[in-house]
Amino acid sequence: MEELDGEPTVTLIPGVNSKKKQMCFDWGPGEMLVCETSFNKKEKSETVPGCPFIYIIRKDIDVYSQILRKLFNESHGIFVGLQRIEEELTGKSRKAQLVRVSKNYRSVIRACMEEMHQAAIAAKDPASGRQFSSQVSILSAMELIWNLCEILFIEVAPAGPLLLHLLDWVRLHVCEVDSLLADVLGSENPSKHESFWNLVTILVLQGRLDEARQMLSKEADVSPTSAGMCRILGDLMRTMPVLSPGNTQTLTELELKWQHWHEECERHLQDGTFASSPHLESLCKIMLGDEAALLEQKELLNNWYHFLVTRLLYSHPTVKPIDLHFYAQSSLDLFLGGESSPEPLDNILMAAFEFDIHQVIKECSIALSNWWFVAHLTDLLDHCKLLQSHNLYFGSNMREFLLLEYASGLFAHHSLWQLGVDYFDYCPELGRVSLELHIERIPLSTEQKALKVLRICEQRQMTEQVRSICKILAMKAVRNNRLGSALSWSIRAKDAAFATLVSDRFLRDYCERGCFSDLDLIDNLGPAMMLSDRLTFLGKYREFHRFYGEKRFFDAASLLLSLMTSQIAPRCFWVTLLTDALPLLEQKQEDIENTKLEMLRLALARNLARAIIKEGSLEGS
Amino acid sequence: MEEIYAKFVSQKISKTRWRPVPPGSLQTAETFATGSWDNEENYVSLWSIGDLGNVDSDGGFEGEHQLLCDIKHHGDVMDLQFFDQERIVAASSTGCVTVFLHHPNNQTLSVSQQWPTAHYHTGPGSPSRSSAPCTGVVCDNPEIVTVGEDGRINLFRADHKEAVRTIDNADSSTLHAVTFLRTPEILTVNSIGQLKIWDFRKQGNEPSQILSLTGDRVPLHCVDRHPNQQHVVATGGQDGMLSIWDVRQGTMPVSLLKAHEAEMWEVHFHPSNPDHLFTCSEDGSLWHWDASTDVPEKSSLFNQGGRSSTFLSHSISNQANVHQSLISSWLSTDPAKDRIEITSLLPSRTLSVNSLDVLGPCLVCGTDAEAIYVTRQLFS
Repeated sequence: MEELDGEPTVTLIPGVNSKKKQMCFDWGPGEMLVCETSFNKKEKSETVPGCPFIYIIRKDIDVYSQILRKLFNESHGIFVGLQRIEEELTGKSRKAQLVRVSKNYRSVIRACMEEMHQAAIAAKDPASGRQFSSQVSILSAMELIWNLCEILFIEVAPAGPLLLHLLDWVRLHVCEVDSLLADVLGSENPSKHESFWNLVTILVLQGRLDEARQMLSKEADVSPTSAGMCRILGDLMRTMPVLSPGNTQTLTELELKWQHWHEECERHLQDGTFASSPHLESLCKIMLGDEAALLEQKELLNNWYHFLVTRLLYSHPTVKPIDLHFYAQSSLDLFLGGESSPEPLDNILMAAFEFDIHQVIKECSIALSNWWFVAHLTDLLDHCKLLQSHNLYFGSNMREFLLLEYASGLFAHHSLWQLGVDYFDYCPELGRVSLELHIERIPLSTEQKALKVLRICEQRQMTEQVRSICKILAMKAVRNNRLGSALSWSIRAKDAAFATLVSDRFLRDYCERGCFSDLDLIDNLGPAMMLSDRLTFLGKYREFHRFYGEKRFFDAASLLLSLMTSQIAPRCFWVTLLTDALPLLEQKQEDIENTKLEMLRLALARNLARAIIKEGSLEGS
Repeated sequence: MEEIYAKFVSQKISKTRWRPVPPGSLQTAETFATGSWDNEENYVSLWSIGDLGNVDSDGGFEGEHQLLCDIKHHGDVMDLQFFDQERIVAASSTGCVTVFLHHPNNQTLSVSQQWPTAHYHTGPGSPSRSSAPCTGVVCDNPEIVTVGEDGRINLFRADHKEAVRTIDNADSSTLHAVTFLRTPEILTVNSIGQLKIWDFRKQGNEPSQILSLTGDRVPLHCVDRHPNQQHVVATGGQDGMLSIWDVRQGTMPVSLLKAHEAEMWEVHFHPSNPDHLFTCSEDGSLWHWDASTDVPEKSSLFNQGGRSSTFLSHSISNQANVHQSLISSWLSTDPAKDRIEITSLLPSRTLSVNSLDVLGPCLVCGTDAEAIYVTRQLFS
């Protein structure tokens, strides 16, 4: 057993005085039941009334969030789609398709984030507003991690494009730039705006050099003294060699050009071209990748990974994926500067830069309260064939473990259990068994819900579960006097024993009341009659009554005879059958003479047999 | 291909219904109601579909539907029907039938009337009652007919506190759905595969007619009557089979069409183009059955818009011929003549599609994946 990664949190149960009384608990699939006992810790048990409630404790409250439900439903669709196209994923298009799936997941996260953000703004009380806001930051962190994993593990960007992807990644997550840009541009005198230089700096930090150049030209228009410098800096910005997506130049060519450009920038700095403008000079230093200059902009950079990407952009644009973690570690150290320690998010990102997928997943599992993120990400990475089948303690691999945990959590929810079914389907080792256990425990309040559960079981050939569910429903129906429903359930489960039970009920009702109830059912049994002998008897007996009512005495008589000779009549009904035979004996039609004779013989023989038995078993009479 | 908009709404949708447009008006459908199920708190909600060509204030897509108002509903919403422009009748899994009233001026819903014990079970010999789900409701102003798992049929009138007529033990199995044939006659389907016609003018608790399939007693889940031919009825069964019946003739269906792979939950004839039929199923698909004959003039009848006067008169003169083919298209016993074109309307397979409704060129459906799909271009 591994050691604990952190201190467990303490949850206080309201109303229970844990100092005085002991509590008892029991585990459920995703929840815990807790209540107070009458055992006292120190003294003997008192009969002081304590807390009368039973509490349900659940760790995962996300499942009950209205907005996150959309995340669960939409991602379920993406998950199932991914499993289904697995067979078709071959060759070159495989990577592109997997990247598309990853982008789909991310867009679902973003949509959720957006809605949560709107809810936070519209929140009526500050507490729920705060809760929504914290959810937004959790979702944002999830998307950040997923995006990085997509770049490093799924897209597997090589040196060159790697930096472009990382730049996009950073730009996506620092969104204030666009609003600031709009703000400044919209103002009367952009270059006199108080945030003008901040804006230009952040544009440079993000590698958005075209826009930075535009800003500089506005400054040049307004202030002729710095016009010359702005133009030179603008030229440097324009001529920075960048790998563009359609470009055919090789990495070496790019490096050479970049080196050349870097030297030119260096020359300008040495010559003091920008000496008279501290803003422009610091911009030049940034473009040279000067660490000190970059660190001065800590506030604008906001986090170490932004610092990392900017640093790479301006000092090692052709960085190779395997070298990333060196720069990442040093960037983290430099940025934090020993003042603060890394947070969980930082550790996760660092593990990603180190290409340690297992560490990423492990840290995410600990940091997040819900299995959604790790389950889906791991499944996607598994499709990329990146996870070794690394057996855990109980035999299933990591992907399956996480999916099982997530699906079990869904089953604990009153409504999302339907999603869980599909997740179990795609867990080859323990999925079916888990589904069998969970599906029987879903409360069935209406027939329609029961039909859905039955359909799920039948599609997976879970005959045991079908029978047990149908039996429960049939029993309920019998208790409610819905014999037709009971019969219909036993037909569905092909449960002959229950069909017999239902038929016995009908026959008993007939004996008590002298007539049949629910004729619409018995008259129209159809081939279902064959399900059980008793049912067949019931159907045929009713038919006998119909024949008699229609005065088709020959048919009635032969049917009665066959009922008596076949072995399907229940013993208790024999007297009734014989009694029914009596009026037929009175009939004076020719064609039933033979039948009458047969019946008499049979009746006498049986009666004789019974008489003998009775005689023989009478005690001392 | 029709454009279909999906929206995830954080509740499993059991029923969707268009609000009827006032008769004689040229409006298209704008508002629909939904009911949810399997939640700790279920809701009956009213939605409006966006204006064509406009982007609404949130910058949402022009086609996306917005929630107008909702109200809590006790129990699952088993069935939903618009009683008139403002009132909606909801059938609950607790056996209660509720009439909700919509107040358009402040966009709220309120309970206007309720029959809390419309459906209940009585055990053998025990006087106590336990609730039974009410499974189907159908309205024909001012009457409301409900059926339930207790095999009971109730006839209510709006604003009458008690049921006007109750047929106890009308069926020994569960009644799944009900529809009006001619006004005093209703038709019910049950879980042993029978259709029963009841005439409220008659006294007594016996149906006036029983129809059923021979062979396996497959439960029937939904029923709909042809809008013009009152003797033509379509039913959907547990095995996904679509059956068309002519209730005047015989006790067996006229045609049986193998449709879905799982329970068919709803079947609807299009109210103004009855050559078109729509079905939705537990297998996650929604099908559009097009039995219109492939005559060029005929297809132009279903194109949107009347562009010129010549087109209009053309269609009127064709009325008689069209009417002929309408009568025979569903009752034709030879589907192999390839006259029925079937299209699946949802972009990808999803969890069960529980409900659908069509009005004019608009279709709405709701799924167990907690999504509502709307299209406004059914026939383009």
